[in-house]
Amino acid sequence: MSRAPYPPNHQVDFVVVGSGAAGGAVAKELAVAGFEVVVLEQGPYLRPKDFRHDEILVRNLHQLTNDPNRQPQTYRKTESEVAKVQQSAGYGRAVGGGTLHFTANWWRLHEIDFNERSRFGPVPNAALEDWPITYQELEPYYTKSEQDIGVSGLGGSNPFDAPRSKPYPLPPMPVKSSGVLFDRGAKKLGLHPFPAPVAILSQQYKGRPGCVHCGFCMAFGCEVGAKSSTMASLIPMAERTGNCEIRPESYVRKIETDGRGRVTGAIYFDKNKKEVFQKAKAVVVCANGVESPRLLLMSKSNRFPNGLANSSGLVGKYLMYDNGTSVTAMFDEPLNEFKSVLVTRVLHDFYDSDPKRGFYGGGGIDARSNSSPVQFGLRGNDPSSPRWGSAWKKSIAYEYPRTMALFSHITCLPMESNNVTLDPELKDEWGMPALRLTFKNHPDDLKTMEFILERQKEIMEAAGAKKIWPRPVREVNNSVHLMGTCRMGNDPKRSVVNKFNRAHDVPNLFVVDGSSMVSSGRQQPTCTIQALGYWAADHMIQAAKRGEI
Amino acid sequence: MTQNEVSRREWILGSSMGILAVWPQIVAAQEHAHRAAATPGTAFKYFDRQTAAEVEAIAAQIIPTDETPGAREAGVIYFIDHALSTFDKESQEHYKSGLADLQEKREKMFPGSRSISGLRPEQQLELVKAIDGTPFFETVRTHTIIGFLNSPDEGGNRDYIGWKLLGMDPRMVYEPPFGYYDAEAQKEGTR
Repeated sequence: MSRAPYPPNHQVDFVVVGSGAAGGAVAKELAVAGFEVVVLEQGPYLRPKDFRHDEILVRNLHQLTNDPNRQPQTYRKTESEVAKVQQSAGYGRAVGGGTLHFTANWWRLHEIDFNERSRFGPVPNAALEDWPITYQELEPYYTKSEQDIGVSGLGGSNPFDAPRSKPYPLPPMPVKSSGVLFDRGAKKLGLHPFPAPVAILSQQYKGRPGCVHCGFCMAFGCEVGAKSSTMASLIPMAERTGNCEIRPESYVRKIETDGRGRVTGAIYFDKNKKEVFQKAKAVVVCANGVESPRLLLMSKSNRFPNGLANSSGLVGKYLMYDNGTSVTAMFDEPLNEFKSVLVTRVLHDFYDSDPKRGFYGGGGIDARSNSSPVQFGLRGNDPSSPRWGSAWKKSIAYEYPRTMALFSHITCLPMESNNVTLDPELKDEWGMPALRLTFKNHPDDLKTMEFILERQKEIMEAAGAKKIWPRPVREVNNSVHLMGTCRMGNDPKRSVVNKFNRAHDVPNLFVVDGSSMVSSGRQQPTCTIQALGYWAADHMIQAAKRGEI
Repeated sequence: MTQNEVSRREWILGSSMGILAVWPQIVAAQEHAHRAAATPGTAFKYFDRQTAAEVEAIAAQIIPTDETPGAREAGVIYFIDHALSTFDKESQEHYKSGLADLQEKREKMFPGSRSISGLRPEQQLELVKAIDGTPFFETVRTHTIIGFLNSPDEGGNRDYIGWKLLGMDPRMVYEPPFGYYDAEAQKEGTR
């Protein structure tokens, strides 16, 4: 074995495309097991010193995420429409991927998520299926991930949680006023709120400092390294092995194959837009739920005319989005929700589907801060609030500290008509076909959202809110949770990868990220995406040691 | 380095156990806070001084100086200048035409006046009220509010005036209890 960095003509054991929740875990596991690994990441390698509490930088200048000016997308509701230029899928684009800027909610799936099709039955016009794996199979990998990266929470506090083999490595974050009020309202209604599990350190852990409660989590990178992004946690472990190279600003445009139908490496644009071919014995695609299928579709060849690993025709199909609802509420006294992590309390009482409701679906609810300073300043709580002048100043100074929100995270049914394809005309800055997203909610998604929104209103009323603003349920047309597009399964005709995330069609190609997910859970997929990374890496290591890759 | 950043560092240093192990992160955090204070300077990159004074007069009506500081003290004009010369160049034309129209309106409303900034405050308020809801007003309002409440990294929000109005502590390091209700719960819990 030679040491990193590796020249592109050196055939490394694994190329990993992407460095987010899954890619970071795969790279770390493979590197620690002694394999030579090159991680190709589209975005830059940012460090804590690059992170600032600057909303313009993260929202308008896309410091941490895909930039529509460089990588435009098109969107349409149904395949009969011509897609219009419109951003529909947001994702992390820096070393660490989405784990850099995410809220850090860290929910495991429940047992039901893996066998819901069998338990609930078929849903008309949807492709709800059981997963090829069970919660029990994935549980050790959830645990390994929590122990490695540092997750704060209170095991056993959620009566609906699946069994866990170990407690969380860190105690929960201190409760905020939003959590106390949520507790109060929910318990009055006989519900079961619990301390939010978050991938943020409540105390020092493995040489990283605990959270300083600055309040800039969602959309921002953590400047103290307390958020357990792969950049802060797993990637340093991978790099310390000496046999893992993180290569930022490396945008993969094609996975190459040979005459035997095996992958030989990846062609990428370097930071100067020069094409480079990195040789590898195997490729692991962890580029996220829209970029992974896009890359497979762009990797078509004579042998794979419909895209790589796409004999099923399902690459890009069953796209699932980030369904949810929200209410904001104002109270008499200051909550100061601008402090600390977003979420400190969650409830899962409405997680399971209930056939009695007459539709499929369920969700979780969390209590959180309502918005950032700039967003609140521009919109306020109420369209009738003063918009400028001294009255505006008084209004925001009074209302901002007294306002909180309840968010819900809700099932999204997989449908074949919701998908990722290559836009036939639009190209990105590198001349590659733009993402074309087609998505329209299943009617049951919307019914579930209406149902959960009512529960949110009840909880805020029971908590004694002075005023409540529910956000009306709307069809979803954009998402930062990107799932389902290379689903795992046992049948090569009905899935893209097998239960160990290996492509059915190509023995030395793996796909693991949100695209592997067969169903959406109740959103908050990052924890499961990372567990799948550990799961897949373990089986890659075993197979490689047996000479079976 | 301002008083606030010193306090932030001291807070972190004073409260962390095993300080050496986490030193690089603390240095990074500190550097972060320091950079936030290194705001774009007092020289305009896009506006000339006269235009800057006109725009600032509008911004100062949108977020006036009253019992608390407003857009003028927060240096919102430096944010707008920075935006128009970097990430929001598309709005340059909008400012040109919007200001020209507004100057015409000013001459009609206040014959003999020479500039928006030269009007008396109550006249400025009347003029801005007259364009409330127009696309130009909305653009200036948006820029003014962002410049007041965004991080000082992009100009504006000087001395964290905007954040302080919302009750935020510019050190951005907090300890529980965070608000009234968790403080109340803590007291009940320890009773």
